Amino acid sequence: MKHLLSIEQLSKAEIEAILDRAESFAEVSRRDIKKVPTLRGRTVVTLFYEASTRTSASFELAAKRLSADLVSVKAAGSSVDKGESLKDTVATLSAYDPAAIVLRHPYAGAAQMVAGWADASVVNAGDGKHEHPSQALLDVYTLRRRLGSLEGKRIWIVGDVLHSRVARSNLIAFKAMGAELTVCGPPALIPRGLEQLGCAVTHSLDRMGEADVVYALRLQHERMRESFVPSLREYAAHFQIDSRRLGRKQLLMHPGPVNRGVEISGEVIDSPQSLIAEQVAAGLVVRMAILYELLAAGDEEPAPALGNGRATPIGQPA
Amino acid sequence: MSATKLEMRAGESANLLLRGASVLDPAAGIDASHDVIVRDGKIAELAAPGSAEAGELEVIDAEGLHAFPAFFDPHVHLRTPGQEHKEDIETGARSAAAGGFCGILAMANTEPPVSEPADIEALLAGARAAAAVKVGFLATVTRAMRGEELTEMASLREAGAAGFSDDGLPVRSASILRRALQYQRLCGGTIALHEEDPELSGSGVMHEGAVSAVLGLDGVPSISESTMIARDAAIAGYEEGRIHVQHLSAAESVEAVRAAKAAGVQLTCEASPHHLCLTDEKVRSLDPHRFKMNPPLRTEADRQALVEGLRDGTIDCIATDHAPHAPEEKEVPYEQAAMGVTGLETAFAALHTHLVLPGTIELGLLVDRLSVAAGFFEVERPSLAPGSEANVALCDLSARWTAGEDGYESRSSNSWCDGEELTGRVLMTLAGGQVAYRLRSFSMGVAA
Repeated sequence: MKHLLSIEQLSKAEIEAILDRAESFAEVSRRDIKKVPTLRGRTVVTLFYEASTRTSASFELAAKRLSADLVSVKAAGSSVDKGESLKDTVATLSAYDPAAIVLRHPYAGAAQMVAGWADASVVNAGDGKHEHPSQALLDVYTLRRRLGSLEGKRIWIVGDVLHSRVARSNLIAFKAMGAELTVCGPPALIPRGLEQLGCAVTHSLDRMGEADVVYALRLQHERMRESFVPSLREYAAHFQIDSRRLGRKQLLMHPGPVNRGVEISGEVIDSPQSLIAEQVAAGLVVRMAILYELLAAGDEEPAPALGNGRATPIGQPA
Repeated sequence: MSATKLEMRAGESANLLLRGASVLDPAAGIDASHDVIVRDGKIAELAAPGSAEAGELEVIDAEGLHAFPAFFDPHVHLRTPGQEHKEDIETGARSAAAGGFCGILAMANTEPPVSEPADIEALLAGARAAAAVKVGFLATVTRAMRGEELTEMASLREAGAAGFSDDGLPVRSASILRRALQYQRLCGGTIALHEEDPELSGSGVMHEGAVSAVLGLDGVPSISESTMIARDAAIAGYEEGRIHVQHLSAAESVEAVRAAKAAGVQLTCEASPHHLCLTDEKVRSLDPHRFKMNPPLRTEADRQALVEGLRDGTIDCIATDHAPHAPEEKEVPYEQAAMGVTGLETAFAALHTHLVLPGTIELGLLVDRLSVAAGFFEVERPSLAPGSEANVALCDLSARWTAGEDGYESRSSNSWCDGEELTGRVLMTLAGGQVAYRLRSFSMGVAA
C-alpha cells in the first residue's frame, strides 16, 4: 500500500492487517522504552490546514515512536498564510524528500491530489467532510478489542452526519467488518441518498435500545444559524445521548472533541461504558501501524534495534 | 434598427471543391453524396459526385468524409475583457473553428461584465480584428450583473448585442426579469437565462444525491434549477416575452420546459454535451478539471431525460457552455476549484462517440441541434443549400483520436473529454465563406 487516502480503498483483510500491527505496537507502548528504530533516517511531514488536537498529536508521536524525523507544519503561521497554494506547499516540502506526508485539509480530495503530486506516501488525516480513514481504523480497533469482532454487531451513528467525515469513513469501515448500521439524526443533517452506503436511516432514538454500540457525532454550534436545527436545546431534547437513553450494556463512542451537554451528556462521557479515552489511546498505536504499513511493510531487511545492535523484528512482540 | 451583429476577421474567400463528400443538412433536406463547389465564399453548387470541373478550385478528396452545415454555439465564455489568461477572442474563435463551429455567442460575465454599449462595440471590433469565426456578444440583463437595475437594453441592441444574459448568475429578482421582458418589446433581443435558485444551491458544488452523500460534498438539488425555470417561464408567458433557458441539467427541468412550451410560452432551451454524456458518478474521481461545472453533472435518469428531450424537441439545441479556466484555478481540491469545462473542440466528436455511435440518436439530429441555435438569436442559420454563405464542417466520422493529444487551440485545457478517445473528427471548417480551420495532419489531396 502506497497511500492511505480513504477507507473505501481498503479490503477487510487490509484493515485487519493494520489492526494486527497496531496490537503489536500496543505491546511496545507498554515497555519502558517505547521507541522502535523502524523509520530511522526517514522523514515524516505532518501538514495541517485545520485545527486538530488528537489527530496531529497522535500522528506526530507515532512518527517519533518509530524514530522518524518529524516536520510539523500548521497552515496558520506558515507560507499558506501568504497565499501559497497547496500544490506549491507540497512541492516545497517534497524538496526535503519526506517518506510520508500526513495531510489534514478542509476540502474533499485534497489528499488524493497531493498523492498525485508528491513522491511521498500520503496519509489522509481528514479531507473536508469526505473521509477520515485513520479515525475509522482506530474506532474499529477499539471495538475489536472490546467486542472481539464486529460481525453482526448493531452500531448506531447518531447526530450530524451531513458535516461529518468521521461518519462517512466509519460507515464504510464498520460495514466492511460486518456490522449492521443505523444512522440517526435530524432530517436536514442526514444527507439524501446515504442509504446507498448500506445503512438504515431513522430520525428517532426510540429503537436505540437495540444497538450494541452508540457512536455520537459532534454537533457544531453554527449549525443552528443555518437552520439545520432550530436550537441546541431542541437538538438535545431529541438526539442527546444521556444516561436515560443509553442502556447499561451499550457501548458509547465519540470522535472528539465533545460538546458536553449537547450531543452527549456529561455523566455518560465519564461512565464505564464510554470508550472515548480508549479511542484516543488507540489513535497512537493505529497511526504507528499506518505509518509502518505504508513505509516499512515489505522491507526485507530488519532494521537493527536501538542500543544493543541485535536485529529485532520490528513491530513484533519481543 | 436593432439587430444582432456578428463579426470575424476579413480574409480570403474560399474557393474549394469537396470531391465526393457525404453531404448532410437535415434542415435543408440534403442527404446525399455530392461534389460541393465553394466559389467566392459561397456554396455555388452541389454536383453529382465526381462530376465537377476543378478549374481554379482547390480540390479536397472528401470521399468517405461528411460535410455538415457548420455548427453554431449560443453559449461560450471568451473571458474578454479581464480574464484573458483563460481565453481571448482569438483563441476562443480558433477553438470554435477547430470544433466545426462557424459562429459563437459570448456571454457577458466578464470582468467587468459587458453592460455598456461601448463594451459591445469594442468587443465586436476585437472580433473583426482577431476572430476566425463569427462572434457575437450578449450584454448583461442587469448592470454589472448586480441584479438591481436594467442595462440600457435598447442602446445595447443598437450597438449590436446578440441578446441579454446574466449567465453565471440567475436573474434573482422576478420583478427585474419582468421589467426586462417588458423592455424587450421595445428593443428585441432574446433573454438567455441561467436558471438556479441561489438559496437552494447554497454552497453546493455537485448534484445532491447518493454520490454527494458519499463524498461529503455539498449538493445542488435539481429543484434549484427547475423551480426557477417554472417561475421564469410563467413570467415570460405573462409578458409574452421571449426567453432562452441555458444549460438544462435535470429531469425536472426538462419537465418544466415541456410544460411551458405546452402552455405556449416563447421559450427555447439548450443542453450541453457534458450533461448529455456524463453523470455525477464521474465526480467520484474528485477531479475538478473535467468534472466540476455549474449546473453540475446529475444522475443517469437526468441524463436520459435530457437525451429524450433532445430527441423529442423539448430541448431545442446543444450549447457547449465552453468555460475556460487557468490551471491554477483547477489544481486545487474539488470544492475550491473554479466551475466550468471547455467543450468547443470536442463537442461534435464527443456527442458522436457517446450518442450517435451507440445508436441513441441519429446523426442528422445531432447536426441539426448543433446548428439550429443561430435562429434563436436572429442569426441566419448555417446551411449547405446552394447560394448560402459557405459555413461547412468537414468531418471524418471514423477518425479515432484522443482529446488533447496535440494540445488545444483554446488557451485553457480544462476539457471534460481530456484524455478520452473519441471517434469522429473535424478536419476542416469554413466560416463566413473563409477557411477557418484545417487539421494540421489533414493533407490536402490534389485532384489527379
